[in-house]
Amino acid sequence: MGKTLAEKIFSLKLNRDVKAGEFVIAPIDICACQDGTGPLSVRQIEALGRGVANPKRSIFFIDHAAPSPRKELSNDHKLLREFCRKTGCILSEVGDGVIHQRLVEDYAKPGDILIGADSHSCTSGALAAFATGMGSTDVAIGMALGENWFRVPETFRINVTGRFPKGVFSKDLIIHLIGMITADGATYRALEFGGEAIENMSMSERFVLANMAVEAGAKTGLCPADGITQEYLKRMGRENDYQPLAPDPDAEYERVIEIDASNLEPVVSCPHTVDNVRKAKELTDIRIDQVYIGTCTNGRLEDLRVAARILKGKRRHPDVRLIVCPASRRVYLDALREGILEILVEAGASIMGPGCGPCVGVHEGVLADGERCLSTQNRNFKGRMGNPEGEIYLASPATAAYSATVGHIADPREVL
Amino acid sequence: MILRGRVIKLGDNIDTDQIYPGRYLPITEPVEMAGHAFEGIISDFLQRAKGSIIVAGKNFGCGSSREQAATALKWAGIVAVVAESFARIFFRNAINQGLPAIIGHHLDRINEGDELRIDLHLGKIEDLTTGESYPGDPLPDFLLAIIEAGGLIEKLKRSLGGG
Repeated sequence: MGKTLAEKIFSLKLNRDVKAGEFVIAPIDICACQDGTGPLSVRQIEALGRGVANPKRSIFFIDHAAPSPRKELSNDHKLLREFCRKTGCILSEVGDGVIHQRLVEDYAKPGDILIGADSHSCTSGALAAFATGMGSTDVAIGMALGENWFRVPETFRINVTGRFPKGVFSKDLIIHLIGMITADGATYRALEFGGEAIENMSMSERFVLANMAVEAGAKTGLCPADGITQEYLKRMGRENDYQPLAPDPDAEYERVIEIDASNLEPVVSCPHTVDNVRKAKELTDIRIDQVYIGTCTNGRLEDLRVAARILKGKRRHPDVRLIVCPASRRVYLDALREGILEILVEAGASIMGPGCGPCVGVHEGVLADGERCLSTQNRNFKGRMGNPEGEIYLASPATAAYSATVGHIADPREVL
Repeated sequence: MILRGRVIKLGDNIDTDQIYPGRYLPITEPVEMAGHAFEGIISDFLQRAKGSIIVAGKNFGCGSSREQAATALKWAGIVAVVAESFARIFFRNAINQGLPAIIGHHLDRINEGDELRIDLHLGKIEDLTTGESYPGDPLPDFLLAIIEAGGLIEKLKRSLGGG
């Protein structure tokens, strides 16, 4: 019997045949933390008293509250800086970008095993790395010992055929899928994306799929490493990091889900769970107070580009605040050079420095009681944006940008 | 290992943003973390938490990987969390913090305030108030050993000889 992508990565790493369901201790290529989870990892590393096994592959990202809005957070940042200085671990500073975006730009590669103390660490799975989120203690152990235990997951194969209609994006596909299998439908499984629609999809769009795998409970979301992956790594100046990696044609899947992309429509996750899915065109009576375009899900150049296409020459609705946050310094610079940021600012957007922005509810756009935000982020839980009395809706950058101009949720196909 | 406690009953998809709000992530003292468990969500949680067992539905602890969610519950005095299913990151975090997380079945028949008795080795959940008992999935020995040591770091310090 052939191997799934997850089985293949563990088998290559351990140099023996590994099957789903096995418990293994595996070496880890990359360990990552952010400023919300890093300080606890540092404490645990110090409690273990064994130092850091591989500091050049142990990275601390200051992104969740960057720059710091409060002295307690500033002290956390200081602690991370001092720890990196002392141990030689890598520090990603204020303004460098969101952990997951920086990992795919500069660190993760096909065949890697990556653990991150952040649930959306599955994003790097789009590069055919086995990338998964864990808690601070698990990542501390990965950093200190260079290994950790895993249960090799069973896999749901998601076969996507057909062509995406105009105005429909991979964000709509993943929200549609989570609505179908529910928020815990893939708990402990890997999602493996494939089929002609994935083969034709840019890395930027693939990252969205892998990023939101955890919203169905999955351990990781994987895409094959192919010509598009190779082209992306080349653009990131990491051509040598490429190796082709694909599941075997006779791999054994727990479940196979077929989706025809040509049947998809713009969709929205409604409060307070990601699997509460409705069509955008059915929600035009939902008035919104804030639109947020950014995050590790949809804060890349392609996302800002589509938003700019819709917002060019238009203004935000007077009742809507428009917040835009590029996911990394690279994205910020590219958007600046392309004139995208100028279009967005003219449309009334407030541009934040690269980072998580208001998604985590710490700063840069905390909702007031009873307010609604339409966001391109991945999670709409109660209180997520800093106020349990606020409501969060999730959609693609196109849906978000168009809705910002009309003041309510709207279907972007009307203007695309 | 036998655990006893009064039930705090919760529903499906209890996420870590509800268990522990993101704005309190900088707190590093477990006792202080405990003061913010379920803040803005369950008003009297802290008064009831000590010595209680959370009984929840599907997908408990979904969302953010923040370990503080498990730490806050433990230090608020929660004895164990029993759920129909757990999100995988929370499950690992709970065990790593020495907080028993047990998968049980047919939990909808357990009521708020019931007295529970749990045998961790057998995975048996008894409702002493109603006299009913429920099957649970026993934890494998290596996870029980982590709970008994009081958490993964303590366990590793012992097995690695303190470093």
